[in-house]
Amino acid sequence: MKLRKFSAFDTVNYALMLALIGIMLYPLYYILIVSVSHGGAVARGEVTWLPVDVTLKAYEIIFSDAPIVNAYKNTLLYTSLGVLINLTCTALCAYPLSRREFVGKQWLSLFIVFTMFFDGGMIPRFLVVNSLGMIDTVWAIVIPPAVSVMYMIMMRTFFQDIPEALHESAYMDGANDWVVFRKVVLPLSAPLMATMTLFYAVMHWNSFFPALIYLNESKRYPIQMILRNIVIQGDLSAQSVEMAGVMGNMIVDQNIKYAVVIISILPILLLYPFLQKYFVKGAMIGSVKG
Amino acid sequence: MLRKAIRRHPYLYAMFLPPLLYFLIFHYGPMFGNLIAFQDYKIAKGVWDSPFVGFKHFETFLADPYFWKLFRNTMLLNVYGLLFSFPAPIVLALLLNEIRRQRFKRLVQSIVYLPHFLSTVVICGMIVNFLSFDGIANQLLEALGLAPAQFLIDPSWFRTIYIGSDIWQHVGWGTIIYLAALTGIDPQLYEAAVMDGAGRFRQIVSISIPCILPVITILLLLNIGNFLSVGYEKILLLYNGSTYETADVIQTFVYRRGLLGSDLSYSAAVGMFQSVIAFAMVIGANKLTRKIGGTTLW
Repeated sequence: MKLRKFSAFDTVNYALMLALIGIMLYPLYYILIVSVSHGGAVARGEVTWLPVDVTLKAYEIIFSDAPIVNAYKNTLLYTSLGVLINLTCTALCAYPLSRREFVGKQWLSLFIVFTMFFDGGMIPRFLVVNSLGMIDTVWAIVIPPAVSVMYMIMMRTFFQDIPEALHESAYMDGANDWVVFRKVVLPLSAPLMATMTLFYAVMHWNSFFPALIYLNESKRYPIQMILRNIVIQGDLSAQSVEMAGVMGNMIVDQNIKYAVVIISILPILLLYPFLQKYFVKGAMIGSVKG
Repeated sequence: MLRKAIRRHPYLYAMFLPPLLYFLIFHYGPMFGNLIAFQDYKIAKGVWDSPFVGFKHFETFLADPYFWKLFRNTMLLNVYGLLFSFPAPIVLALLLNEIRRQRFKRLVQSIVYLPHFLSTVVICGMIVNFLSFDGIANQLLEALGLAPAQFLIDPSWFRTIYIGSDIWQHVGWGTIIYLAALTGIDPQLYEAAVMDGAGRFRQIVSISIPCILPVITILLLLNIGNFLSVGYEKILLLYNGSTYETADVIQTFVYRRGLLGSDLSYSAAVGMFQSVIAFAMVIGANKLTRKIGGTTLW
């Protein structure tokens, strides 16, 4: 197609897109500049386009704050352990369902897909987790979301596309299904597993509601819970005395709030080039498969 | 046949056992746990010994005007979502599709996808701080000589804030599927239109939109199927006592009444009402999609 000349339509369109870029980026930029500005200047409303009296004080405070550092560690634990469980369970579920020899797979697929459409509900789910004694343990966070049906379907589709000949030659060599899965299927699925790792990791990293209902002890809180307490409720009561002392009052300075936001989204920003690439692919497959 | 299959492929069935148990316990367990909606459930007594009370809780909430307010709030957020959040990515995709400079287009895409990956807590943290009484939004209003607004306390602002931030976060992401559909359009159609003297706007209206209409229809139906599912986690972070009027929805009520107030049976009944209606709507939407001849969910 030959390039058309830059018309009035293009001018308006490009202007709109530039405005959109501004609307999308400014809030994040604003958070960044406030987090490195002096608290007083922020309170006086002097920070709009550029940071004022640049200081890393806010970051020093949060990195010396035991509950925040602890919550960060918790989130790292929940994310890594959670992803491990996700990958294991999702693959164990998807592989049999991808095999022709797995008699009953239609019924079992229906059994699983049904859970996508009928939700057991918040209260009964809480009672199940409670009756298993998982409240206030890491298991309440990592086990209930073990398999996402949509990602399981994506994995099944991928396994189905592995050439049957590879399975057959492995069976000829006397391998059983477990060996085929371990030695043939999984090595071929490395890119898929990388994608799934990202999908599930983002889910765990951003999750806060399970922590809100299943965890009572603040020492087990993930970073998103701390973020909620500090940034949304402006609450310091769960935080260390040292931090309250530094501020000298019970109102959390804006720059500290925003510094917590920045450290919580930092991993996402660092992974963003990969996230974008793999998630776009995932969004396409997901939408085709429902 | 099944026995024979198990004997020939024992490992396949053994592998499937952990996921099967997971779905039984964490998905079917709660489904049957809804039994407590028909009981006066006490944790100490458990499901087996708590007395059955039939539809008592359902009758109570169906007769309660506050439930209908929750229902109305839930529906209204969805209706506004359908009116504003749903068309936004379509418009953006059409505009992005008109950008001929691929590098600029990719740049815009990279930027508008970004908010999708931020957590609900971060989004709400931004909203709460930007819109607070001395926040940046009010500083701007002041600079323009306007009176500051009580965004977070005034119930009439809630729906605007909820829908607006939803669009901000997801508009870019929503374009992916439409952009894919748009790239599938035969360029000859546009060339023919140019020959006939059609301008850019006319090309969008007469070629682009009709060509992606099937995709729009399917996504619309999926959207209607999810009609009762609002982002209650987000609402939970944004609302407060003074905005319940417009912000309180079925799920937030279930959370407050059930988990904070320990009124388990009653809130389970309210939650179950939502699950059943939502299920019926998904089935209905899927039937409709099949009738139209598009791809279905299963």
